[in-house]
Amino acid sequence: MSARVKDPYQRVSQALNRTLLHLILVGGAVTMVMPFVWMLSSSLKTNLEVFHIPPTFIPTVPQWHNYVDIFKVVPYGRWFLNSVIIAVTQTVLYLFVASLAGFTFARMRFPGREAIFTLYLATLMVPGQVTLIPKFLLMKQLHLINTYAAVILPGIFNAYGVFLLRQFLMTLPDSLEEAAILDGASYFRIYWNIILPLAGPALATLGLFGFMGAWNDFLWPLIVINSDHMKPLSVGLASFHGLYETNWPYLMAASTVALVPIILIFTAAQKYFVQGIALTGLKEG
Amino acid sequence: MGKGLSTLRRSSLWQKLKWPTLGKGTERSQALWAYTFLSLSVLGLFIFTILPIIAAFGLSFVKWTLLSPPKWAGLSNFQRLLNDKYFWNALKNTFYYVIGVMPGIAISLLLAVILNQKLRFTTLYRTLYYLPTITMWTAIALVWRWLYSPQYGLVNWALGLIGIHGPAWLSDPHWAMPAQIFTSWWKGAGYNMVILLAGLQGIPQIYYEAASIDGANWWQRFRHVTLPLLTPTIYFVVVMTFIGSFGVFAQIYIMTEGGPGQATTTIIYYLYNNAFKYFEIGYADVLAIAFFVIVFTFTVIQTQLQKRWVHYT
Repeated sequence: MSARVKDPYQRVSQALNRTLLHLILVGGAVTMVMPFVWMLSSSLKTNLEVFHIPPTFIPTVPQWHNYVDIFKVVPYGRWFLNSVIIAVTQTVLYLFVASLAGFTFARMRFPGREAIFTLYLATLMVPGQVTLIPKFLLMKQLHLINTYAAVILPGIFNAYGVFLLRQFLMTLPDSLEEAAILDGASYFRIYWNIILPLAGPALATLGLFGFMGAWNDFLWPLIVINSDHMKPLSVGLASFHGLYETNWPYLMAASTVALVPIILIFTAAQKYFVQGIALTGLKEG
Repeated sequence: MGKGLSTLRRSSLWQKLKWPTLGKGTERSQALWAYTFLSLSVLGLFIFTILPIIAAFGLSFVKWTLLSPPKWAGLSNFQRLLNDKYFWNALKNTFYYVIGVMPGIAISLLLAVILNQKLRFTTLYRTLYYLPTITMWTAIALVWRWLYSPQYGLVNWALGLIGIHGPAWLSDPHWAMPAQIFTSWWKGAGYNMVILLAGLQGIPQIYYEAASIDGANWWQRFRHVTLPLLTPTIYFVVVMTFIGSFGVFAQIYIMTEGGPGQATTTIIYYLYNNAFKYFEIGYADVLAIAFFVIVFTFTVIQTQLQKRWVHYT
């Protein structure tokens, strides 16, 4: 076969292939996005139109007031605030505890280092569900049921963050702190002024996943919070569903608002999300 | 330890938070500082993880309903577990769910392989596929509950367009679990896809060039180059998916509440009911132990099996 005959054939078959691949990708994308479209569309309908067959994708008259109503029929604003407080506090404390411990394991020498670190790793072998009941009893004993502290505390000390930051900090060159030590800087200053700024990308990734995990977490807050005003959004939504079982416009509006912060953060910091799971296989919750 | 503390007090470190940089004291004070830095983390790990792990084993020997004081129960909780048909049912459902979720990895692999082809709009596709992964299960489960609505849901409407009369999904004992599984495919596809994509991008181009020179077509290249070199990533994804889906809870709680009947009651859902609805603390704790033993055993088995099919370069 001469090159002149082969070329157009190849070009056509390549174009066909590419079209087929794009068709698969578009099909996948539609499947992924459709539930969100349906959620958004339902959230703007009346409680009558939502049951219309065939379904209308664009509401005849958008019911924007659904988004106001949900703040009135349930303490939605309070739930949202609770979620913000819980997720932000937990993330900040998690980053501090994990980075200080990760720094110590990676950059300092002391007897028992390997043994203690092995203990940290060992705890990662036990899934969180195993310790749900003892942790609940502990919170009850400490009279922390229905407090932010009960929701926040256990997540702060997750060994995963320590492990991840240790691995990251070990890759930095030793020469970094030598000058600082000669200048007589304290170890805390080395951690705070030299190492932490360099750990930026790792901290951003861990922080994003920590925030996402805290925002989306359901089982643990469900167990330690039962007062309506202390619920985070995830638990609040579940009880909203119990109250307004068939009011889909309200439920979909409430779901939409609950997803907005995470989607915004994701769009802004997508790079870190992709880097994060690609490098470490971090998973929510 | 007492000696260490007195050394700490005698040293000038308490007065000025400065580091004696040279001399004999350096190593000792470095160690003391290290212990100080670790103290908060170790204390937290001990209180909120290690102590609860120990307690989880201890509580399994106790009969306790929270209303009356705990009583030693020996192995009776374990006996009860073995004779509890609801436990075996929950175990069966959990395995049904976990095995059902696994083929979703193939979808992720297909998407990852296509996205690795340097087509246009790759970033956009990746973002869209990843969207379900980052969202809150509670909200997503509500949306899918509505999508699966027998009469007014989008799923049955779409099936109706191609002449299929869809089942009642979540309220049909035979279809409730498949519906849960499909939702999990939808939610998890993007996560596994990104990991697999990273694995694909780590395969050196030179292998593909060598295969092309040998005249391998795209299937042969996939089968004999991509797949073997991707096995470490696939192994990771399989283990993570397994552990993750064995603990399935939120979507069950919202979408089917373990029903209809007991059709979607999984281990953790059953544990939750026992502990926080019936306050059977001891028995629920045995369920937690059973959960741990099963997950641990399967992880060990998979670690052994991987030697047969995972290729490390």
